[in-house]
Amino acid sequence: MEPIIKVEDLTHIYPTGQVVAVKDISLEINPGEIVGVIGQNGSGKTTLVKHFIGLLKPTSGKVIVNGKDTAPLRVQQIAANVGYVYQNPNHQLFARTVREELAFGPRNLDLPEDEVNARVEQAVEFFHLEELLELHPYRISFPLRKLVGMASIYTMRPAVFILDEPTTGQDNITTQTVYRLIKKLRDEGSTVLCVAHDMILLAEVVDRMLVLRDGDLIMDATPREVFSNYEIMSSTHLTPPQITTLSLRLREKYDAFDNVALSIDEMVSEVQKFSNK
Amino acid sequence: MSESKPIIEFKDVTFWYGQNETEPALKNINLTIHEGDYVALLGLNGAGKTTLQLCINGVVPNNILGNFEGQVIVDGKDTLETPVREMAKIVGMVFDNPEFQLSQMSVGEEIALGMESLGYSYEEMVETIDEVLDIVGLQGLTERSPFGLSGGQQQRLSIASALAMRPKILVMDEPTSNVDPIGKEEIFQVAYELNRKRNMTVIMAEHEVEVMAQYANLVVVMHEGEIVLQGTPEEVFSNVDLLKSLGLRMPQVAAFGNELEKLGIMTLNGHYPVKLSQAVETYGRLFEKKAG
Repeated sequence: MEPIIKVEDLTHIYPTGQVVAVKDISLEINPGEIVGVIGQNGSGKTTLVKHFIGLLKPTSGKVIVNGKDTAPLRVQQIAANVGYVYQNPNHQLFARTVREELAFGPRNLDLPEDEVNARVEQAVEFFHLEELLELHPYRISFPLRKLVGMASIYTMRPAVFILDEPTTGQDNITTQTVYRLIKKLRDEGSTVLCVAHDMILLAEVVDRMLVLRDGDLIMDATPREVFSNYEIMSSTHLTPPQITTLSLRLREKYDAFDNVALSIDEMVSEVQKFSNK
Repeated sequence: MSESKPIIEFKDVTFWYGQNETEPALKNINLTIHEGDYVALLGLNGAGKTTLQLCINGVVPNNILGNFEGQVIVDGKDTLETPVREMAKIVGMVFDNPEFQLSQMSVGEEIALGMESLGYSYEEMVETIDEVLDIVGLQGLTERSPFGLSGGQQQRLSIASALAMRPKILVMDEPTSNVDPIGKEEIFQVAYELNRKRNMTVIMAEHEVEVMAQYANLVVVMHEGEIVLQGTPEEVFSNVDLLKSLGLRMPQVAAFGNELEKLGIMTLNGHYPVKLSQAVETYGRLFEKKAG
């Protein structure tokens, strides 16, 4: 399979500073992968993913998206294939109503009007935006505005979705909507990159994690491997989900089971396996 | 529950934001918080958590007008009869987005801002600035620009600014929602120490139930303007079905206990561990039996 994103020896230095935001990173992401990008603020996460939509260009090295080198391309030329949902929806939304916001992307792709409308309706239904359609995006609460930001990218059906901290400030209901969105995108064959500190999202929804620290890619592995790696976790100040920590503690104390649990369901089946031994 | 005296009392409080609002933002709130309590305020967005918090320093209904019924007594003062400026000496507020709270050129000036408006002397201010920066772990940053700080540092600066007014109560509205994991750890740690070491009353609205179960002694659950549950974390998180029907999460280790009980693997009689240490002990029994 041809990777949808290919990063070769990418280094990025912001013109204003001497800080090397991303240091000599190489990686490949295959179509359909759900990838979590984690690290502290300033670790280079956002700098890395902004290269995938051409918002940033490599200081050195190469970023190839969908077979094309991003260096000579403008954001507009990449946007049909790559959707970027900002952490702060205020950086993204501009239309007068939620409806116009959702229709803007697909209309800009020159899709026929009935297709535009169909996509708007699907997004409204999925994100439960029925009551908000005629409102100004700035008149609705911040968490719902974030969902509108996601919905307005979803109507464009890009091959690659980049979500920057999609669950911060969300409550459990809207967080579950975000999880369902990512699973739906997976089912529809999209590639998803999720910059996140939400450990439950990382444990239960993503397939692979990229861990950054001070601009270096220090680990590229499954959530189970990352969460089991005590050194990586403590050096990045990340805490696994409570259930994962419980399974790590019990495993250590009682030599109880082989697998570290990433979810409550997994923990239940580990206990069942153990008691059937 | 704690033996100390009540410091916040809500008596039959109902509040509508506007005359034309049909649904009140707060409905028949009765709540007693004691000095030294660490209160976790849980609920979906829009449940009324922020409105309830704004009643504690009197911003509702004195600055944010609306239709207010009932009474809120804070440290012996009726908020309806006390200017917000007076309440600010008792109640410190920290909001979710530190950038909205910061306005000054330096960290020191940021902290001095509240004190200036209350007429503190220069010497008092300098002394207080050093003291509160020390408490939140920002010592030595007095001359820095607030906008050059990390999110966690900014939020700790907001806490320091609140502390400069010598409040007895610290009200925090989702203080960690805009900061990274190190910042979260720092903020939770500072709040915990203020509560434990200085007996400060902390009221925190927060979605991270695992962390709240760890720190809070009183959990208050709100839904559509009402308090639907209150008690210790252990009491509140035994109401599995109610919490689920409200769309709320419980600590993972408690939800796990509920699953084990449903499957008949373990009898817990609805009393689930909510903290990690409790969980290791309780669920460890499953493995000890097997070993013995």
